[in-house]
Amino acid sequence: MGEKVLDVRDLRVWFPVRRGLIETITGRARLYVRAVDGVSFDIRRRETFCFVGESGCGKTTTGKALLRLVPITGGSALFRPSKEVAEELEKRGVTIDEDGMVDIFKLNEKQFHPVRRDIQMVYQDPFGSLNPRFRVRDILEEPLIVHKIGETKSERLEMVSRALEMVKLTPVSEFIDRYPHQLSGGQRQRVAIARAIIMNPVLVVADEPVSMLDVSIRAEILEVFNLLKERLGLSFIYITHDLSTARYVCDRIAVMYLGKIVEIGEADDVIQEPLHPYTEALVAAIPEPDPRNRLKFRDIKIKGEVPSPVNIPPGCRFHPRCILYEEAIKRGEEWAKLCTKAEPPLVEVKKGHYAACFRHEAVRAAVTAKAAGGS
Amino acid sequence: MPLLEVTDLRTYYYTLRGVVRAVDGVSFTLDRGETLGIAGESGCGKSTLAWSILRLVPPPGRIVGGSIKIDGMDITKMSEAELRRKVRWRKVSMIFQGAMNAFNPVLKVGDQVIEPLLLHTDMTREEAWAKAEEMVQHVGLPPEILERYPHELSGGQKQRLVIAMAILLEPDIVIADEPTTALDVVIQAQILNLMKRLYREKKMSIILITHDLSVIAELAEKTAIMYAGKIVEYGPSDAVFENPLHPYTQALLKAVPRLRGPKERLIYIPGSPPDLRNPPRGCRFYPRCEKRFEPCDREEPPMVEAEKGHFVACWLYARR
Repeated sequence: MGEKVLDVRDLRVWFPVRRGLIETITGRARLYVRAVDGVSFDIRRRETFCFVGESGCGKTTTGKALLRLVPITGGSALFRPSKEVAEELEKRGVTIDEDGMVDIFKLNEKQFHPVRRDIQMVYQDPFGSLNPRFRVRDILEEPLIVHKIGETKSERLEMVSRALEMVKLTPVSEFIDRYPHQLSGGQRQRVAIARAIIMNPVLVVADEPVSMLDVSIRAEILEVFNLLKERLGLSFIYITHDLSTARYVCDRIAVMYLGKIVEIGEADDVIQEPLHPYTEALVAAIPEPDPRNRLKFRDIKIKGEVPSPVNIPPGCRFHPRCILYEEAIKRGEEWAKLCTKAEPPLVEVKKGHYAACFRHEAVRAAVTAKAAGGS
Repeated sequence: MPLLEVTDLRTYYYTLRGVVRAVDGVSFTLDRGETLGIAGESGCGKSTLAWSILRLVPPPGRIVGGSIKIDGMDITKMSEAELRRKVRWRKVSMIFQGAMNAFNPVLKVGDQVIEPLLLHTDMTREEAWAKAEEMVQHVGLPPEILERYPHELSGGQKQRLVIAMAILLEPDIVIADEPTTALDVVIQAQILNLMKRLYREKKMSIILITHDLSVIAELAEKTAIMYAGKIVEYGPSDAVFENPLHPYTQALLKAVPRLRGPKERLIYIPGSPPDLRNPPRGCRFYPRCEKRFEPCDREEPPMVEAEKGHFVACWLYARR
């Protein structure tokens, strides 16, 4: 893994809830769906960084925010553009700091346009993300035309062929003139990946890229991701609800709950020694093809359901569902009183392994230090 | 006598572009109090098989051959009225894929849950409601939930209601088609725990249909693996998972990402399943099979009992 390519601080994406006429007149305060509520992380070159969480935790919104496909409420995102894009940005009057980074949330729409070359997206549904009336060659050529890459048609065709080879849709001549409906699900998803890498991007955001595919071909797509990371030095953001596929592609995992990252660490550390009770529950819930499992009930230490992101619980947003908290309160343990009072920050508990839970001394210390500093 | 006996079932879809042989000669039995998991990839005919057992195959599909005997009665020969009176909901109920999204949004869920009771028994509305309240508690929900509208409930709650409905008339067999597929993992685990408990308490037989082998391992005592309209391997789950015989089963198990244990390289099965309008001659898996040899592309392998109770349809195990 190399230098940082992306450094996101305190990203917030809040969607306003519509008020009715009467509510507007009576001046009810505006409510927000806090889809992403203060998320910070960084990504290095040649790294696959994973966002894991249940539906509604804000993982997809975080990915979309990086492409500015949703309005950003707050925060910053320092991004290291490629050389071509950096030149283009300077032409448009953007200053790039001495470290070669630029805050992509501060750019206007016109300035942001070239950055889209560098950050590409692969969507969940390869049946919906490819234009059914385009042949594979048209699908892959389209972004080149939009971004004015390649002088001549034949030059672009060569780039198209190279991209198809990269994702192992070979022999190229057999696939290049097909329409999406003539391809299998796995092949379609590879076309979607080829379309993302043809721009020679720095970062690819892949949102649930295998969850619509049959198990027998999932591994094929996961392998393509690993290969591209090694060969092209790409960085990936892999968004998924499935920890077990994450394990096969990710270097680091961030677990999200209700708009916040509750844990970040090396993939194996997070899965084998989770530090946050939510991660523990998530790991415990995942079934495996082991028939001995049918003889026992799964012990999932979580209660209730995810609350609405409009009414986020005070203190630690996980505490109403946390069995650890409940037990600690019953035993009268002092630390658990913090859970309803303060929001636990994400603190390095073990080397390279961060968690936002007051069960860890380091997290409590961070809050008390802050309180002392503030007064 | 087994509770359910399916023999050489054939369900075809007569489309304008040809005959799709979605279920093509499937046989299995299910005993009382047994759980059978049927696993297969999309398009292998597993849902069509489930619909066939209730004779609910949507047109242009129809059952063209074989028999389905429930308690000795062949339902393929019953009239529609008889089927409705004797079999559906009473003997066999089904949890359809995505059923939780099929609640009518303008009616209270309770009114929808009691519908089978009103139609299939002579209970009054009050009696039915009381029975529904009891069942709802069985699936771990408060009885007041029946007064709610679908949009007020979460996915997990709605799925629990669907399960409550399926067991309302205490049928002998419950068919569950992808009962946890659209749910988050935590909810999925809770629903699977619930199904395990119900199955133990009520001594029901369950047919669990899913693409997810892990879900089958959580629940089923017996496992059948389907490929391109046929069952290719069938046996006790322990045997099928620990000692898979068919090359397809072996490959499928190696393709499942695992959360625990050593991180072995995942494999995938190149190619895609055959077009069921025109399946390959011989074994249907042979074009994708690593172990194919001389007879595979000519003759269809018979189902043989390779070890006790463990059946496989592959030339590697059949004697010619």
